[in-house]
Amino acid sequence: MVLTDRPATIYYERPEALETRITHYCPGCTHGVAHRLVAEVLEEMGEVENTIGVASVGCSVFAYYYFDIDFVEAAHGRAPAMATGIKRVYPERTVFTYQGDGDLASIGMGEIVHAAARGEKITVIFINNANYGMTGGQMAPTTLVGQKTTSSPTGRDVSRQGYPIQTAELLATLEGAAYVVRRSLHTSREVRRAKQAIRTAFEVQKHGLGFSLVELLSTCPTNWGMTPADAREWLGNNMTQVFPLGDYKISPAVADLKI
Amino acid sequence: MAKELIKGNTAVAEAAIRAGLEAYFGYPITPQTELLEHLSARMPELGRPFVQAESELGAINMVYGAACTGKRVMTSSSSPGVSLMMEGISYIAGTELPAVLVDVVRGGPGLGNIAPAQNDYNQIVHGGGHGDYHMIVLAPASVQEAVDLTVLAFDLAEQYRMIVVVLMDGSIGQMMEPAELPPMQPLKTEIPEWAVRGKQGGEKRVLTSINLDPPAQEVMNLRVMKRWQEVEKNEVRYKGYFLDDAEYVVVGFGTAGRISLSAVRAAREKGIKVGLLRPITVAPFPKEILDELTKQVKAFLVIEMNAGQMLEDVRLVVAGRKPVEFYGRMGGVVPFPDEVYDEIVRLTEGPLTTEGHPKDRWLSKLTEIIG
Repeated sequence: MVLTDRPATIYYERPEALETRITHYCPGCTHGVAHRLVAEVLEEMGEVENTIGVASVGCSVFAYYYFDIDFVEAAHGRAPAMATGIKRVYPERTVFTYQGDGDLASIGMGEIVHAAARGEKITVIFINNANYGMTGGQMAPTTLVGQKTTSSPTGRDVSRQGYPIQTAELLATLEGAAYVVRRSLHTSREVRRAKQAIRTAFEVQKHGLGFSLVELLSTCPTNWGMTPADAREWLGNNMTQVFPLGDYKISPAVADLKI
Repeated sequence: MAKELIKGNTAVAEAAIRAGLEAYFGYPITPQTELLEHLSARMPELGRPFVQAESELGAINMVYGAACTGKRVMTSSSSPGVSLMMEGISYIAGTELPAVLVDVVRGGPGLGNIAPAQNDYNQIVHGGGHGDYHMIVLAPASVQEAVDLTVLAFDLAEQYRMIVVVLMDGSIGQMMEPAELPPMQPLKTEIPEWAVRGKQGGEKRVLTSINLDPPAQEVMNLRVMKRWQEVEKNEVRYKGYFLDDAEYVVVGFGTAGRISLSAVRAAREKGIKVGLLRPITVAPFPKEILDELTKQVKAFLVIEMNAGQMLEDVRLVVAGRKPVEFYGRMGGVVPFPDEVYDEIVRLTEGPLTTEGHPKDRWLSKLTEIIG
C-alpha cells in the first residue's frame, strides 16, 4: 500500500476552549460530550475570551479544569445566583452555568426558578442523568419512578418518594424564560441536535433576549450499573418517556432570531 | 458637607453608594429594610446593579459572584437572614474575596422579634459559617459612626481580601440622627489581577473555594490565618472614655457602649472613677488596651444586649487577674442607662470576686429584675 502525500483533511479536532488534560469522568459518561459541545459553540461564536463559566457541585465540580475559560465555582445549587451577580456586573460578557440535576432541580430549585423568572440573561447547561453522580448514585429529583438507586434501593416508590420533576416544562411557564428546550446525548443524531440548541441558547444571551436553558439527558453508566452502550439504550427507552425531548419555550423574539 | 437628619439604614446605604458600591444584592427583612429600599431607588438611578434576591441565600451568592469580578459589592440583612447567609459567607471567605455585609441585628433566637439586639456577636465574630476564617467586624454606636465605618469597610475588604461586617443593631438602623455623609467617590477603574472578567486574551482565571488536597488546603488556611494576624496588628480600633484615672472600666460595643457612656458620665458626676472602653472593631478585638487596663483597674463591667457573648472575649484577656462582672439584656430588650449606673455603683460597693462565672451572678439578679 502506498502512502499518499495528499494533505489530510481534519474533520475532528479538540476545540481550543478545552484544556488538553484528561477528565476524571467515568468511561461512557456524557459530561465529556456536553463539555465539548459548549466549547465548540463558544469557539464558533468567538466568545471564548469573553465568557465566564460558573461550575456547580456534583461530578462537574471541576469543569473549570477542562474548559480554557475564566471560571468560578458555586456552592451547591447556587450557580444561577452567582451567575446573576457576575452578569449584572458584566452585562456584555457571556455567562453560563453548568449544573447537574441534584444541584439544579433539588437544592438549587429556588435559585434557578428565580433566575428564570427575572429573565437573567444567562445560559444554563442542565445535565439530567437521573441520579446524584458524585456522591455515588443516590435518588435525585429526576430519578424515574421505580428506578433503583443507592437511596431508593427497592426502586423509587411514589407513595414515599414522590415523582420526578420535569424541569424544562416547569421553567417554561415563566415569562422571563426566553428559550427552554430538552435534548439528549444518547445518539449521534441527538448530539448534533443538542449542539444546535446550545448554540441557540448562547445566541439568545448574546442578543439579550432573556434566560436560556438546555436540559441534556445524559448517561451515568457507573452508577446505573450498566455498560456505556446499555446506558445509552436505557436512556433512549426510559428517560425520554418521562422527559420528552422538545422545545418547551421559544419566546417570539427567539423565534425571530436568525443565526 | 453639611449634616442632615437621616435614618441609620438610609445613611449606611447612601454612604455605601458614595464609597463606590458597584452592585448590591439583598432581601427585605426588618429592621434592615430601608437600606435595601434606598438602594433600590438610588442604584438604578446611577446605572449600577441592584437585585432584590429570592432569599438571603440567593443574595449572598449573587454577592459571591459579583465579588469574583473584584468590584465593590455589598449585601445587608438582619439576624435570621444573616444565619441563612452563612453558607455563602464561608464560600466567600474560602475564595478570599472582598465583600461588605451589614447586619442590623434583632432579637432572637429563631424568628425572635424586630427589636434591637447584639445577639449576633458570636455568629459574626466567632464564625457561624464552616471552616477556619475570620471577618473584620466594625461596630458603630451612632448613625455618623455607621456612615464612617461603612466607607472604611470597603477599603479594608479590598486591602485584606476579606469580608468586612458592619455590625449594627436595630436601634442604629432605625434611629434618625444628624450625620454628615461622605463625598461621592468615583467608581474604581482598576480591576484586581485575580478577578474574573473573561480571558480577554490572557490566561484563564479560576476562583474556587475547593481544595481536595488537604495539605494544599492547609496552605490556604495558613495564608488566611497569617493575614488575620496582620489585621490584628494593624486594624484594632476602639474608643476610650475617662480611662486615664479609671479604677473601674465598663466594656461595651455599639448601642450598649453608647448607653453605658451615659451611665459612666452620671457616675463620674458622683465622683466614681469609672471609664468606658468601647471596641469599634470587635474583630480584631482590642486585646492590648484591655490588657493594659487590667493592670490599672480594680474591676471590669461588661455590658451587652445579649447573654454575654463578648464577655468571653473580655474574660480571655483579663484571665482571672481582676474581677469581671456582667450585665446584659436579651431578646430585643435594651437596657436603660440607670440599669448600667446601678451596676457601676454595685461594682464599687463590692464584694468583688474572680471566682465563679459572672454570668451566673447576672442570671440570678436578672430573674429578680424581669420577674
